[in-house]
Amino acid sequence: MTFGISPRFFAIAAGFGLALGLSPHPARADPPPIPIGLVAALSGQSAVSGDAITRGLAVAIDEINAAGGVLGRPLELIRRDDESNPGKGIAAARELISRDHVVAFFGGIDTPVSIALVPIANKEKTPFIGVWAAGTGITRNGASPNYVFRVSAVDALVDQRLLRYAVTVARAKHPGLMLIDNPWGESNHAGLMAAAKATGITLAGAESFETGDADMTAQLARLKQAGADCLILVGNAAPAAEVIRSLDRMGWDVPVISHWGISGGRFPELAGPSAAKVAFVQTYSFFKTSAKGEAVLTELEKKYPAIKGPADVVAPVGTANAYDAMHLLALALAKAGSTEGPALQAALEALPPYDGLIKRYDPAFTATNHDALGPDDYLMVHFADNRIVPVD
Amino acid sequence: MLLAAALVSGLAIGAMYGLLALGYHVTWVVSRSVNFAQGSVMMLGAVIAFSLMLGWGWPWPLALPAALAGCAGFGVVLERVAVRPFRARGSESWLMATVAAGMLVENAALFVFGKEPRGMPSALARHPLMLFGAGILPLHLVILLTGLGLAGAFLVATRATPYGKALLAVVQNPRAAQLMGIDATRMTVFAYALSSALAGLAGILIAPLINVSADMGFVFGIKGFAAAILGGLETPSGVVLAGLLLGLAEASITALIGSGATVMASFGLVILTLYFRPHGLFGRAEIRKV
Repeated sequence: MTFGISPRFFAIAAGFGLALGLSPHPARADPPPIPIGLVAALSGQSAVSGDAITRGLAVAIDEINAAGGVLGRPLELIRRDDESNPGKGIAAARELISRDHVVAFFGGIDTPVSIALVPIANKEKTPFIGVWAAGTGITRNGASPNYVFRVSAVDALVDQRLLRYAVTVARAKHPGLMLIDNPWGESNHAGLMAAAKATGITLAGAESFETGDADMTAQLARLKQAGADCLILVGNAAPAAEVIRSLDRMGWDVPVISHWGISGGRFPELAGPSAAKVAFVQTYSFFKTSAKGEAVLTELEKKYPAIKGPADVVAPVGTANAYDAMHLLALALAKAGSTEGPALQAALEALPPYDGLIKRYDPAFTATNHDALGPDDYLMVHFADNRIVPVD
Repeated sequence: MLLAAALVSGLAIGAMYGLLALGYHVTWVVSRSVNFAQGSVMMLGAVIAFSLMLGWGWPWPLALPAALAGCAGFGVVLERVAVRPFRARGSESWLMATVAAGMLVENAALFVFGKEPRGMPSALARHPLMLFGAGILPLHLVILLTGLGLAGAFLVATRATPYGKALLAVVQNPRAAQLMGIDATRMTVFAYALSSALAGLAGILIAPLINVSADMGFVFGIKGFAAAILGGLETPSGVVLAGLLLGLAEASITALIGSGATVMASFGLVILTLYFRPHGLFGRAEIRKV
């Protein structure tokens, strides 16, 4: 009697072995990646902003992974589309935290969405780093400990900058406000009123508009009648373009100074030739030359063939803010030595100095200040054709 | 001054509601069904025209009829797929089927056309004319005149041309019309094609004013339907007039109160009007003989 192993038995056993992940030549197991989330507008009117943020994060992640990753693990980006809708943003963030187990997540252009994500980040103890939305209340949310950080502009500070520019450069005495009718517009309304009061400027008035408004001459005419000699504009690209076209229609040639929402879409195409006269705020311009700036631009050109120079980086603040924010998060992960939320939060509040793309962060955040950028980091720009170039 | 400009722009947008409402009217009177994808067809017209002109470089005299033909074709397919099978079985499910078809088209446009709104350039929307001290775009006037002209032509055509008379015959008594040799099915198909072409034209005309995007037609479709109901679905001149009134009301509310109140106040007015005149401003109660 012989005991032979039939070829069939061997084949079945080998099949099971493979199914169980046992390989005849065991290779070194790759460490699992550290998942990092992004909740941003990847479709809809502000889709350009989501793409720009993705590019910044992706280039930074490539650099970090090429240098060996963090804690011996590569980083992996998981993106979710919020469609500029707070409800969808909340669902996306919950999914990222509970299903994908992200260690932290980044936010997009829309303040209403980011405001809605703040309680989730604080409750789930998962750091949330805003890289675009500027609503003051996002980081200054009263929570302790506060899991929300930001590498972007802050409305309250941008408002001071816009008003200062209106008075000193546009020589305005009575600026009028044109504000989008949502929490972001309200955040800036409060900020601009406070800034005007602090500097003793009388505003001509404040008007609001809806995203779908096809004609804004009524609101503009009221501001004109109230004696506005300059407009401060807060809105995303499509409705803001409508404001400019309504101005053209009225034949009212008035300086327009804008918050940066207009850089998140095809503002020059939608607004027409008058787009060029709008001065607006940015945190970074790829026309600003620095060694780091050129290195990042080269990486962007390599990774995205459509980018052939600084002019092709559409919505550059999204890319620049996201790039720096990703590196700051990697630093925090390394410092915390862990991917646990509380450890990461503490590490973000105590980061070592870091030379970023936008500036040297010394340090980026403190326990009382979760905003990495301040008014000295803002610069004024305008559109020249499709390019965003510094005003001076 | 301010009000004058607001009123002209309100009338122009109202004329577009009127065109959409006329589309609702046509299919309703001929087939007792309504194409709830009207808003999406409006977007389809704008998207096709935009793609042909800016993507493929077609001149507008070619792109415009091609886009309208595309919309009319869509109307024919819609009638065949989403309306006729249900009506044949005496079911009212065409209601949901046309809504669903509209959503399908919107989502398809998101994939094919893209997610971002695009600017439709127009020579008529570049330099404003100064009327009564307020700027009005030539396009506003063109839209208004086209809307009114088409509504007028429609009225004349239904009374003076054989096709129009056949259409009216089907409206009055489909069975008798059929016995007289008028093909009621063909008339229904024609009504859907016509209503879709009207919606497409509205989309193309309005695009330079409100940008082209996959979701541009949704609210317009609802407002067009509001105009159709407000005017009394049975009366062609009534629905167009109601469209103009709705546009005017919106523009006046925006000018006097602010745009935050526009949707609330204008739809509030619609409900209030229907409360007092359930058959619309210009409609009459249908008499059913039993």
